[in-house]
Amino acid sequence: MRRAVLIVIPYLWLLALFLIPFVIVLKISLSDVALARPPYMPQLDLSEGWAGIRDFFAALDFENFVFLTTDDLYFKAYLSSLRIAVTATLITLVVGYPIAYGMARAAPEWRPTLLMLVILPFWTSFLIRVYSWMGILSNEGVLNQFLIGLGVIGEPLQILNTNTAVYIGIVYTYLPFMILPIYAALEKMDESLLEAAEDLGASRLSAFWLVTVPLSRSGIVAGCFLVLIPSIGEFVIPSLLGGSDTLMIGKVLWEEFFSNRDWPVASAVAVILLLILIIPIVLFQRSEDKAREAGK
Amino acid sequence: MTRFSWFNVTSLTLGFAFLYLPMVILVIYSFNASQLVTVWAGFSTRWYGELFRNEEFLDAAWVTVQVAFYSSTIATVLGTMAAHVMVRGGRFRGRTLFSGMIYAPLVMPEVITGLSLLLLFIGIGMDRGVVTVVLAHTTFSMCYVSVVVSSRLVAFDRSLEEAALDLGASPFDAFRLVTLPIIAPAVISGWLLAFTLSLDDLVIASFTTGPGATTLPIKIFSAVRLGVSPEINALSTLLIGIVTVGVVTTSLVTKRAAVQRAREEQAAQRAT
Repeated sequence: MRRAVLIVIPYLWLLALFLIPFVIVLKISLSDVALARPPYMPQLDLSEGWAGIRDFFAALDFENFVFLTTDDLYFKAYLSSLRIAVTATLITLVVGYPIAYGMARAAPEWRPTLLMLVILPFWTSFLIRVYSWMGILSNEGVLNQFLIGLGVIGEPLQILNTNTAVYIGIVYTYLPFMILPIYAALEKMDESLLEAAEDLGASRLSAFWLVTVPLSRSGIVAGCFLVLIPSIGEFVIPSLLGGSDTLMIGKVLWEEFFSNRDWPVASAVAVILLLILIIPIVLFQRSEDKAREAGK
Repeated sequence: MTRFSWFNVTSLTLGFAFLYLPMVILVIYSFNASQLVTVWAGFSTRWYGELFRNEEFLDAAWVTVQVAFYSSTIATVLGTMAAHVMVRGGRFRGRTLFSGMIYAPLVMPEVITGLSLLLLFIGIGMDRGVVTVVLAHTTFSMCYVSVVVSSRLVAFDRSLEEAALDLGASPFDAFRLVTLPIIAPAVISGWLLAFTLSLDDLVIASFTTGPGATTLPIKIFSAVRLGVSPEINALSTLLIGIVTVGVVTTSLVTKRAAVQRAREEQAAQRAT
């Protein structure tokens, strides 16, 4: 009896506030815009009994999805979100790996401090961390002043409001997600394996490629997915650091909803975004399961 | 064997410089006397004064703390229950759906979570305000709490609970007197995580908020959309300071507790 209560309360909460809202999104994505409150139709009219339900389902269609395919803004936005997210993930890997490596090779008494220094930014507001780059990258910003002061450039570089700024923002904010799993994998590694490889004649570089990198593969894979999945639907970074030509789907959805007030199209954008995300999420789940099996 | 190498030292130095310099620059510029955020005009605490006289920011800060407190507290209760169900619940109908609903919000883009909750609130005709933001934040943070608490419950020696039950404790007492003290660190870090997530959230709060419930991130976002502002620099510095003190204190306290526990365990072993 008590066990049933324990199950039912969180279960009902999630059904009501996670699953049902999602079904509503799905439903509205199949509806049409209307000049009414709420601004879409059909409305389910239960007072008419079965006829009401039948009329309701008859009025649902895939028009919004067809619309998404005809206007290439959406297709471009999906594509460019994916491209930006994948590129930024690879840059994060290149930046994060040496840091994780340095941490794993640091003296053991230093490691907890280094670990805390990586985790600390994660607790600091995401919004503030993104905002901090606005003052650095703007035309009169710290970076441009510094470079002009050094005489490297004569004219300020336009970095803020470009895709470059979006890459910097993603790498900066998601870097801890890349470092932590790679560090966890590297820390477990037995260093005598490297010595063995070098004794057997491998150069340090080839020992790194042939021993260290394969052994940290699980960390690399986990880190990449942890950066990739949230950056595809990112909203704050493209809207603060990106320019008007930065197309990312999270931003498109936001504008479709708040500026154009087209709820059915915003819902259809959300449904497709989720369908796109399912692929990396399932792949991630698989690789995690595999890693767990291997760890047993 | 640990080798000192220039490569490692350089990559650590550059890496941590990259992680911390933007925040250090932000903190320095918050003490800039000039209205122009990019021109250094001497040290001043002027913007902190302006900030504390700005009623809108103070109101938003109060709303944010209230939302974070209520949502993280409810999320901790629900998340701990959910973790208990996941780890100890055994088989029941709809278990797959349940675990799906626990994990899905962790990877769900915020724009979708926000949109779907807003459409729900409109659909059932609920007025938007502090309550709807609390409901929204509770829903996604309970999933984080449940993941944190589950990992502790999995590592937990079940025979302790069984011993309590054998000795005549009711299941509730066994949970309260045995399980809860052991998983307490995870429950506390779950609460802290939920609190931070709520303080930090812009997107979901923007969708689900209503009149009179402007949270600090919403206020900050609308202020910085058009560019850097010295008042926001001051506000950010305060927030960074609070988080740093909080995280450092927590980690020192947990470290001391761990040392203490190790010492007690050694003493107990010596005694037997």
